[in-house]
Amino acid sequence: MSGFTALVARDLRLVWRRPGDVGVVLAFFVVAVVLFPLGIGPETNILQRIAAGVLWCAALFAALLSLERLFAADYEDGTLDLLLLAPWPLELAALAKCTSHWIVTGLPLSLLAPVLGVAFGLDGDSLLALFATLLIGTPTLSLIGGLAAALTLGARKSGALLALLALPLCVPTLIFGAGAVETLAAGEGLWTHLAILGALALVALATTPWAIAAALRQAGE
Amino acid sequence: MAPSSLEIDGLACRRGGRRVFDRLSFAVGEGELLALTGRNGSGKTTLLRALAGLVRPDAGTVRWQGADVADDPEAWRSQLAWLGHLDGLKGDLSVAENLLVAQRLRGGAADRLDGAVLAFDLGALAGRAVRTLSAGQRRRTALARIVLSAAPLWLLDEPLNALDVPAQQAFRAALQKHLAAGGLAIAATHAELGIEGARTLELGRA
Repeated sequence: MSGFTALVARDLRLVWRRPGDVGVVLAFFVVAVVLFPLGIGPETNILQRIAAGVLWCAALFAALLSLERLFAADYEDGTLDLLLLAPWPLELAALAKCTSHWIVTGLPLSLLAPVLGVAFGLDGDSLLALFATLLIGTPTLSLIGGLAAALTLGARKSGALLALLALPLCVPTLIFGAGAVETLAAGEGLWTHLAILGALALVALATTPWAIAAALRQAGE
Repeated sequence: MAPSSLEIDGLACRRGGRRVFDRLSFAVGEGELLALTGRNGSGKTTLLRALAGLVRPDAGTVRWQGADVADDPEAWRSQLAWLGHLDGLKGDLSVAENLLVAQRLRGGAADRLDGAVLAFDLGALAGRAVRTLSAGQRRRTALARIVLSAAPLWLLDEPLNALDVPAQQAFRAALQKHLAAGGLAIAATHAELGIEGARTLELGRA
């Protein structure tokens, strides 16, 4: 376990040294979301209805934006070899990389989204629901995105390829994440959606680290 | 004759349909240095990567102290210190941070950097970000990482790359110390390593 925490701590420290990389992702999220009220106009009805979908899609794109460098940086400077040769399972290293990615993107996106939701005229309950769904849903995005990043490692135009691979796999999370706010507006409970989001996150947690590790070993050859 | 800790038997590797080496067998014992030589593209790096388990060999076995390393890759990896073409350092971290992180990633305690840092004269650079260092200074940092790992087997790919004369001497001293303590080393190199009793395996002559 010490290797896992060491790797998470290292990646967080690297982000801390270059806060701009995360800043760009969060700024992209804010700008992309704010464009919608500007483009659609101040019709509260429409804005309220599309708010969750817009925020969820923007969060998904923002998370993808930062994934390209997840393993590429380690691949280029040779530290990936050190991870491949570390005397503990590579699956744990894959999980550590996704964990630090979530801490620096998924978590701040979840915190930012309710603030932006105000611009769409969402009420208090909906804002809370938005926060909860993103908090439970974004780990899935980091894990699936991590798999796409590992699979596209070393490929040219890996950014576009990564998005093509990851986006379809993120559709269930997107549907239940954005749908939760809508069911709340319709007067139904939120728990079913949160439970399904949690289940999706657990499935991703139970499968992607092995797939990522296999993809990284392949890239190391 | 020292007992052979590392035995390679019938190792074969193909890359992109081309045979890189075939039926390669040799043994390395405690305190021994094996220098891999050969032309560019003769398979030195591939052999090192195959030994480390980064590349899956097509045939043959690697045995460490009698046991096939494929049976317990994690135990095998704990015996290795790896220096590749790339230094494996993070540019945004300082020399000391890089060494500490590498040590923790190996699951080892990292309380004393002194010996390794002093051996490669890195004391004045310890707080500098690696991205501000020259190629030779980075290589020295990477070599300090190897020394610090205290692994019994060193796998080194062109260890002398970019090193100036004092740094080469420091490397030789560190390598001699490692071998004298019963360690093993396999180094792919073009230059003479200058270690007495080193054996040489020339690749690409089969």
